[in-house]
Amino acid sequence: MNRAKTAVEPPGNRRTERKPGNTGNAGVSGTSSPIGWDGRRLEQMLADREDELECTGRYCGLDHLTLKEEDPIRYEKMWSRLRGGIVGARETALNISASPVVRELGELCFGLYTPEGDSVTLSTGIMAHVHTMSEAIKHMIRSGYESNPGIADGDIFVNNDPLLGNVHNADVQSFVPIFWAGEIVGWAAGVTHELDIGAPQPSAMPIGNLSRFEDGYILSCLKAGSNDQLHRDYLKRAETAVRMPFYWTLDEKCRISGAHIIRQTVMRLIAEEGIDAYKRFIREVIEDTRLAFVEHVKTMLVPGIYRSPAFIDVTHAADKGRLPDYAARNSMMHSPFKMTVKADAMIEMDLEGASKWGYHCFNCTPTGLQGGLWVGLTQTLIPNDKVNDGAYLNTCFKTPYGSWANPDNPLVSTTLSWYFLVPTFTGLFRGLSMGFTARGYLEEVLAGYPVTGNIAAGGGVNQYGEEGAWANFEMGASGMSARWVSDGENSCAAIWNPEGDMGDVEAWELLEPMLFLGRNIRPNSAGPGKHRGGLGHESIRMVYGTREQLMFHAGNGHVFPSGGLFGGYPNPTLYRHSVKNTDLPERLARGLPYPARDLDAENSGIAAHTNGEVLRDNSLCHLADPHSEHDIYLSLIAGGHGLGDVLERDPGAVADDLNDLYLLPRFARSIYGVVAHLAEDGKWQVDTAGTEDLRAQMRRERLERSVPVQEWFEAEKAHASALDMIEPVRRMYTESIGLSAAFADEFRKFWELPDDWQPPGQVDAGEQEQSDD
Amino acid sequence: MTRKSYDKGTIADLVDGVLPWKQVKDMMSSYKDPDRFIKYLEVLQERVPWSDRILLPLGPHLFIVQKEDGRIVTKSRSGFEFGDYRKNWKLKARIFVRKTKEQYREIYTEMTHADPEWMEMREFYDPLDGTLLDIETVPPAYPLVHSFEPDLDTFYTQWLGRSYRNDN
Repeated sequence: MNRAKTAVEPPGNRRTERKPGNTGNAGVSGTSSPIGWDGRRLEQMLADREDELECTGRYCGLDHLTLKEEDPIRYEKMWSRLRGGIVGARETALNISASPVVRELGELCFGLYTPEGDSVTLSTGIMAHVHTMSEAIKHMIRSGYESNPGIADGDIFVNNDPLLGNVHNADVQSFVPIFWAGEIVGWAAGVTHELDIGAPQPSAMPIGNLSRFEDGYILSCLKAGSNDQLHRDYLKRAETAVRMPFYWTLDEKCRISGAHIIRQTVMRLIAEEGIDAYKRFIREVIEDTRLAFVEHVKTMLVPGIYRSPAFIDVTHAADKGRLPDYAARNSMMHSPFKMTVKADAMIEMDLEGASKWGYHCFNCTPTGLQGGLWVGLTQTLIPNDKVNDGAYLNTCFKTPYGSWANPDNPLVSTTLSWYFLVPTFTGLFRGLSMGFTARGYLEEVLAGYPVTGNIAAGGGVNQYGEEGAWANFEMGASGMSARWVSDGENSCAAIWNPEGDMGDVEAWELLEPMLFLGRNIRPNSAGPGKHRGGLGHESIRMVYGTREQLMFHAGNGHVFPSGGLFGGYPNPTLYRHSVKNTDLPERLARGLPYPARDLDAENSGIAAHTNGEVLRDNSLCHLADPHSEHDIYLSLIAGGHGLGDVLERDPGAVADDLNDLYLLPRFARSIYGVVAHLAEDGKWQVDTAGTEDLRAQMRRERLERSVPVQEWFEAEKAHASALDMIEPVRRMYTESIGLSAAFADEFRKFWELPDDWQPPGQVDAGEQEQSDD
Repeated sequence: MTRKSYDKGTIADLVDGVLPWKQVKDMMSSYKDPDRFIKYLEVLQERVPWSDRILLPLGPHLFIVQKEDGRIVTKSRSGFEFGDYRKNWKLKARIFVRKTKEQYREIYTEMTHADPEWMEMREFYDPLDGTLLDIETVPPAYPLVHSFEPDLDTFYTQWLGRSYRNDN
């Protein structure tokens, strides 16, 4: 092997040595020399790579990992150098950001890509974007960016467009192409979640948008810099495009700095190992991961079909008079998640039967869906350091055109796509857990994920007298669902960030004009089961230091988005509870108790210690609601799902939950069949004999109040045939049946309806009129 | 690469959920033991009160088993048989549907359960002993969900390289 040992040249030297035709296409040109390998243009490289995969089933057609086989130590060393460099880039760069979402919650991620945009390795963080950034690079390649606007050493591109490669607009990506001797050898990229996106409504995830035109500042794979400097016109635009631009600016510097550190890492590695070895390495490591994924699937799963439908509610009926009639209505999202594990270990996911896109901000693009899949895989089937697009290459996703997951309208709003993605991908975790259970890898079994929420966001003039915006990421510490082997952990998890965290109260209070009056583990906030989910928490916020603050919620108030596992119950739904025009100024002045805990909807601590106008219902997805100083806002953060039959839960664990204030005492009997009493020491103790009797009785009652499924079927068939239900649910069925012949056929067959059965009634006139536009 | 292998006692403790967390964590972080499935089946077989051969576990209380006459059925730990394993076992279960606020509030506080007009909760019980086998949370009229349809032929013959059929 020929290993060059020359020192890496600093970027400045490289720029001075750049010659036309061998350092990329710095400007608009249709005739300049190609920047790809072997004299090819990038578009040709990507097409060749795709052909090789299609023809051989192997990445770049590699039939042997020669670098790995001939010198495995060198191979691992090269891997460690890259991986370490990228993780180090993230840990260094995040200190440049001022945003608590980035610094505290770690909502950033960096990656290294091949020239064609396939991910080679990545940092920790919001891994969903490893693949969305891959899609953005491929979009630039396929769109001929090599000619116009040109791709050159020192360029900086920026993107947050979900149509091109993103989940939602809040996540902004920066890309830096890496060159060596006139050829592009890769891309370094970074992403951060922004606090504001310049939409008409404050925050980076505003609710109530009807179309893309209300989604704020959209950067569609924009060339924003050259020679390692951002263009002045781009900087000028950013200064006034978003609220609190200094957060935006520092996040941008964070991303670019991280990308430049990665570039430096790559240059050093090439200088030490040689360009040929580097080129070979980035091919082999992706095929290596693909092979490992295939082996992992065959080791841990069982071929077959896994189904786990999910649903979630959208409650814009609360906005009648504020939104047009066609948008001011409630809706139900349907995600009929089906996962097929094939004989060759290919995993095919299918949303056939999904409901239609809507006039709300929760629509998703296919690239967003890929991001969700990616972050799911990194936590399940590729649980090692060699994470890259190799695994992704052995999956495929079917997204029906016209549905919320693949809208036939490019103008839909997408600022909060995660609201539909999270329930959808809990199906991935549930399906995999069924497979792990079948194979006996019970240590991996997890009862899905909860929908992470409440998503509290808002804005307005802040405590500094400036126009502010924020989105609180406490939901990054939702409860973990139960495992086969244990209860879920409290307040620690989010499906979209494997490093779940709630952030420090003090950091949030610096950003948000909202004091924390209390933050507590919330009893009964998890799904019960033999093992219960980890609990969620509650935060009681008081508007402070501003006259008015707009407040958003987002969360499931009317439905359980998905179930627990093996008889475990799902986590509770959420609700909103605000008190306006409160008596808190007087209470605080007189030293009277204030609401530091709420804990129980039926015996609310807020209600006990605050007087004012109460707003309390289960509608959480609607336009922002104005709050004034000293108003109270309750934010409930979800717990996890349960696993297994509640009557098999260890009674001692139920007593522990009572003593830890994790379980409200009145539910020990009705949920778990546990008889407990308060002992003289103030602790709950189990009445063992009473519990055994009660559980035996509850099992008998289960059989008495249940019926054979056939009997239930006969009673329900007429309702199903008539779609005798509330309008949002009926519309969901009408949309799914209208978009999918397969789902329509499944519905008819199950309910034994005639082949020509169609949903009765008409689609809502307002919807029809808008759809025809 | 060294592959670990665990004894049956360890697998049994894992099934029972009593394996110390440190060992569970080590299992999670290690390469998977390729002989797990065989030992797992042996552990489970010793614990069921019937002799039909377990081919594939579907959950804590449900198994795909092969009967002496060669038929392959879904069977519960209590001994109830749900019929051909390729059919949805739920069709032969008993069902209780929570579709009122009062029924939801046996499990959830007010404000924290689904709206019955939007969603119902279907509980599927073992007809013999009342064990809660599975729960569906779906809108009214949703077809029963066939959660898992394993491809036994591919699994045994192609992935494990062994036969599973007893054609007596």
